[in-house]
Order: sequence, then structure tokens, then C-alpha cells
Amino acid sequence: MTPAFLLAHLSVLLAAPILLVGVVNRTKAVWAGRRGVPLLQAAYDLRRLMGKRTVYSSVSTLFVPAAPAVALATALVSGLLVPLVGPRAPLSFPFDFVLFAYVWGLGRMALMLGALDTGSSFEGMGASREATYSALIEPALFVAAGTLAAAAGRGDFAGLLRFRPEDASTALVWGGCAVALFVNLQVESARIPVDDPATHLELTMIHEVMVLDHGGPDLAAIQYAAAVKMTVGAALLAALLDPVGPSAAPLAAAAARLALILAVGVAVGTVESLIARLKLRAVPEYAFLALVAAFVALLASTVRPGGLE
Amino acid sequence: MSSLTALAVDVPGLAALDARAWSAEVRAALARGERLVTLYGRPAEGGEAAVTAVLQAPQGGLGVLRATLPPEQGWHTLSREFPAAQCFEREVHEQLGVRVADHPWLKPVRYEGANLRKMKDYPFYKLEGKEVHEVAVGPVHAGVIEPGAFRFMCLGETVHHLEIQLGYQHRGVEGLLLKGDPRSLTPLVETVAGDTSIAHAWAYCAALEALAGCAVPEDAEASRAFALELERVAMHLAGLAGLAADIGFQQGASTYGRLRTTAINTSMRLCGSRFGRGWLRPGGSRAAMDGELAKLVGANLALLAGDIAVINRAFLGAWTVRDRFAGVGTVSRRAALELGLVGPSARASGVALDQRAFGAGVYAALPVPTSVQDSGDCWARAVLRIEEIAVSLKWLTDALERTRTFKPERAALGALAPNRLSVAVCEGWRGEVVHCLETDARGGLLHYKVQDPSLRNWFGLAFAVRENEISDFPICNKSFDLSYCGNDL
Repeated sequence: MTPAFLLAHLSVLLAAPILLVGVVNRTKAVWAGRRGVPLLQAAYDLRRLMGKRTVYSSVSTLFVPAAPAVALATALVSGLLVPLVGPRAPLSFPFDFVLFAYVWGLGRMALMLGALDTGSSFEGMGASREATYSALIEPALFVAAGTLAAAAGRGDFAGLLRFRPEDASTALVWGGCAVALFVNLQVESARIPVDDPATHLELTMIHEVMVLDHGGPDLAAIQYAAAVKMTVGAALLAALLDPVGPSAAPLAAAAARLALILAVGVAVGTVESLIARLKLRAVPEYAFLALVAAFVALLASTVRPGGLE
Repeated sequence: MSSLTALAVDVPGLAALDARAWSAEVRAALARGERLVTLYGRPAEGGEAAVTAVLQAPQGGLGVLRATLPPEQGWHTLSREFPAAQCFEREVHEQLGVRVADHPWLKPVRYEGANLRKMKDYPFYKLEGKEVHEVAVGPVHAGVIEPGAFRFMCLGETVHHLEIQLGYQHRGVEGLLLKGDPRSLTPLVETVAGDTSIAHAWAYCAALEALAGCAVPEDAEASRAFALELERVAMHLAGLAGLAADIGFQQGASTYGRLRTTAINTSMRLCGSRFGRGWLRPGGSRAAMDGELAKLVGANLALLAGDIAVINRAFLGAWTVRDRFAGVGTVSRRAALELGLVGPSARASGVALDQRAFGAGVYAALPVPTSVQDSGDCWARAVLRIEEIAVSLKWLTDALERTRTFKPERAALGALAPNRLSVAVCEGWRGEVVHCLETDARGGLLHYKVQDPSLRNWFGLAFAVRENEISDFPICNKSFDLSYCGNDL
């Protein structure tokens, strides 16, 4: 691992989230026939929030201030486990995707505890919904990652995401996992059709309602963490879809990967522009879709010569 | 002749009924299939209360039953047999302290006057149990909307009971209306519910003109009806944009919202206000349209019809939209009738109630077909609005073909007839707007009763969300699209 690579990875990890949020919003604006907010609006919002003071409820405890810190830290750590600018990730070891899943889980739990700590009925409902849907989507991530690991013969995230199809059955493995990772991205990043980041209706929110009591720099941390998480989720998909081989020039590979991550953002924004949000009751079925896709991939991987090892 | 459903009667000519006879007659009329349009009271001489019930026959004719009774005597509630009377009896009890024996729930409608202080301590209904939880929403909301408190009693994500608490917007409208010259109240009336300016203004004008015996020029009546349909198109578009936004359907939110601007800008070209303020005045109308402007209005109507058809296809054709609305917030036809729902909220539940269908004045020359949906859910209320927009646009286009010019013209308004009661009912976009004016022995205004359709329909919303998901409340709320200030006055 060269310092240049590490520097490139870290700068993409820190800067791409701002751009990705901008791309999603710009995509939605174009579909709506609007000009849209500046691409870097998320950065302006963060700066605005950083200039504010944090207010804590007198009935809350340490969980409320801890939540943003843990959320941001876990999001950033998860960003070190996935490849962002090429075939490799800075932190990589066999079965690191297990760590990855639980790092996300830790961030989520911190937010849920922070939400419950406020004692608000809205936030309690949001936390309960978050717990339900993440419990449903987490298996899909494991099955997809495990399938790819088996198919690619590599246990580390960066390695297993280099799996590429060769024939019909491996195409099914590859496609099924791509679908699972896309749905995973939508659920984990609270996007339509699962959640609506733009809504002002507390009763329908999942992610947004859990952070209602956070403000100022705390809210900035949570929003930035959410953007980082979306970027990491998009990067998983981008790494799986990237047509650039591992032997390509590093700069070209990095540019292609970044473009692909932003393209995933365009896809997220397009879905968001063209369909309505699902009923809350139907969200588990949608999360289940990811699990089904991952299982299809798992089954398809067994018909390869040699099958599962 | 007024185009609205209206009635003017000499008060001394009304049968003098006591409480018992009055409530028996009201009961008999309701049992015959008549509809309670309003029931209200005012203070009378000697500390008594004069209560008035306005009933409507199925063919549209209005009737008035008046009783003068001591408040402490009151009457035996009608609400147990005819739940539609519940909000009126609560209001009379709140305003005049009239006893309504055996009423199931005399909760104040809007906490007027000294009641205001009790609002904070109001004990909401409680549900006990292990898995029951309470969610309080409001009175201050996240969007830029009016205040109102909602208290949900939930079992998990399911709403078992919703109690709505209103009154935060109370401005003392009925009192204010008695302070000015009764013939120049339009600017005030237009702000009773700012999104229904035309319907309220027209109901006021029609009721006042009936008192003054003033014949409105035919062109002015046509111009008023034009204003009303334009308001309906604009507000239905706003409602659809809101519904689409609430389910995260961006195409609908942006396009319906954009088209509303075309509709309200058309109003501005005709009367100088995007919300139709200043269009109507007693005796006539202030809107001006020449041949040039008629062309522009026609072009706007054509633009609306064309673009709305495109977005309707996207909205109605998206399975996610249908799946989101269908089966949510269902009000059966029977419930709609019993609760006395009015306007689109009733028509979406299969109740063909539309004051324009009684065909008076301009509506005789150019009838408006009544749109009805049967399923009573949020989907029905959305589709009904889409249909009503189409019907109104067609009507506006036809009306424009008949009349290419509006002149600002007003018939002279004479003195108001003494001891007379007049009632006018106007089918606004949200439902029937009722204005009742009564004069005293010298021809001054004795009492002014304003009724926005929201007063009756709020209970429909509370009923619709029962046993629904709490996350579906916002779309139920938007599908009814009720006014807080219209209720609070």
C-alpha cells in the first residue's frame, strides 16, 4: 500500500459523499424539470450546521451526544474496508465483510439508542422501524458477500468484489449480488422506495425521525455519516460492476471507479424520481427481495463446475 | 336569481317552537331523509337562546326550523340517532352554554373566549394496556401549515383511536363580522379560510343580496361561477401535489404543483389576486375580462388540460402510487352519510352530494356533472380530485365560449330587510360553505353564522385512520385536505 494510494482513498472517502449527495439531488431535480441546488450544497449545509450550537434535552443522557460520534466513526471505518479508488482497500483481511456488517450495525445501534434516549414517541417508532428493516437487510448482505466470496475464492471484501461473470450461471451470481447490493444501499441509506429523505412528515420517517433531536455539529456529523454510508454502499456496487481490470493504470482505474460511484447515485436518484415510496408494511417485502436475489446468486454459484467448496 | 342553494325567510313568520317540538320536528325531518346543513344558535332576549336548524331535502330545497329556549333547559341530543349533528350540538353548547342532554361527547369545537385557558389541560382519551402507546403530533407541525393537535392511541404501528384537538387558529371571526358595515364584509369573509376565498365570498354575497332584495346581473353571476371553478382547479391541483409529495412521488409533486401556478395566475389576471380576493363583491363582481384576456385565459385552460392529462397518466399509471393509496383511510358510504361528510370527502365515498347539481342560475344554463367514487379510500379521494379538475376545466372552457367578457358591474344594494334570515350554501372545492345572516328589527345585522365544510369533515378524518397504520396518517390527512382556520373561525 503506497502513501499515494492511501491519500487517494482517504480523499475520495471524505469528499465523494458530498458530491454523491449532490448528484442524487441533481438527478432528482433534472427529472422534476428543475435546476436544482448546487452540487456542493451538502457541504454548505454542513458548514452552516457547524456554526451552530448544540442543544441537549435535559432528560437525555450520554447516548444522545454519543450517537453522532459513533455514527460518524463507524461510517468512516467502514469506508476503509471497501475499495474506493481501485481494486484494493486500505484495510483488508479474510472475511472482513463480517467486521464491515457489524461496524455498520454498531453505528446503527448508536443512533437507535440516541433516539430512544430522547424519550420521544416519534423517535421510538423510528428506532423500532430501523431495527426491523436492518434486521431484514443484514442477512442479504451476508448471503451476497458469502456467495461472492465462495464464487471468487477470496474472503476479503476487495477481493470478492473483483468477481466477474464468465458464463450464464456466474452471470446470475454476479447479477443477483448486484441486485442485493443495490437494495441494501437503498435500505441502509434510507432512500425511496424504503424511506424518504426529503419528507417533513415525522410519522412516516425512519432514519430522519431518529435524528430529530440532534442539532448543530451533532446533526452535521449524522448527516455526513449518512452520506459516507451511502458512498460506501454505492462503492460496493461500483466495485462489483467496474469493468476496469486490476491491471489498469491506477489513475484511470480511480477515475473510472469514482465515475461509477456517481453513476450509482444517478441510478438511486432516478428510481427516487420515478416511483413512489412503499407502504411501511411493504418495506419488509422489498428488503426480502434483496435476500431472494442473494439466495438466487447462492444457488447459481453451486452449479459452477466444482460447486461450493 | 342566485345560482347558489339559498333561502330567505321572515323570522316572525317562522313557527314559534319550543325545545320539545323543535327537536321532534328536526328528528322527523332527518328521519324523512332530509339532511342537516347546519344547526346553530344565537343569544335571544331574556337570556334565552335562539337555535336554528337548516335542513335540505334530497331535491335541494332548504328549510328552517327555529326554536327559542332557555339554555338550562336545552334539548335531548340528536347525535345518538343522527351522529352528523354532533359537531353542531357541541358548538351550540360551547357558544351559548345550552344544555344538550345525553350528548355523548360535549368537547369544545374550538375553545372560544374564556374556554381558551382550558385548552392546555384538556384530558385526551386514554387507552390502557401493555402494548398501547400514545403519539402526540402538533399543535406545531414540521411543515409550514396551520396548528392543530393530533393524539394517536396506537397498538404498535396501528392507530386504534385518533383524537383531534382544534381551536389554535380561533380569531373570533363571527364576532368581527358583526362589527363592520354588513354590506362591506367581503375582505374579511375572504379570509375566513384563505384557500376558499371565492366560495366564502360568494356565500356571503348571495346571503346578503337575498336580505337586500338585490338582483345580481347575469354576467356577474357567470363571472362568480367562473371564479369558483378556477379556485377548485387550483386547490385540487395543490392537493394532488401534496398527496404526491407525501408518498414521495416526485413527478406528481413537481408537475401538479407547477400547474397550480398557471391556475392561480389566471385568477390574478382576472381580478388582481392569485387567490381570487376582490373578485366578488355584494351586488356583482369586480373581475374584468376583454376579448384579448379571454384568449389568454382560454390558452391557459388549454395548457392546463393538456399538461394535466400527461401527469395524470403518470400518476394513475404508477403501481407504486396506487398501491400506496388503495385501501388506506377507507370511509364507507354509510359512515360518510352518518357522519354528515360533505364535498369531495363525501363524494369519494359514493355520496352524490353537490350543491351545484341542484341547477339554479348559471348551473341551469351550464350544468356541472357530479363526480363520484365508490371505494372511499385515499385512492378514491385522489381520483375524485383528478376527475373534478377535468370536469371543472371542461366547464370553464364551455363557459368561456358563452361569455368572452366580464365587466366589473355591481347592482345597487338597498337597505337590508328587517327581521329576516337568509341562508346561502356554496359548493366550494372542499365542500359546502354555509353562511347564515339574520337582521334585527331595524335592518341591522343581528347574527352571522359562518360554516366551513372542515367543521364536519374533521371527524371523517379521525374516523378514517382508525385501524390504519400510523405512517399512513399523513396521506389520509392530505386526502381530506381540511382547513384548521375554517374550523376555528
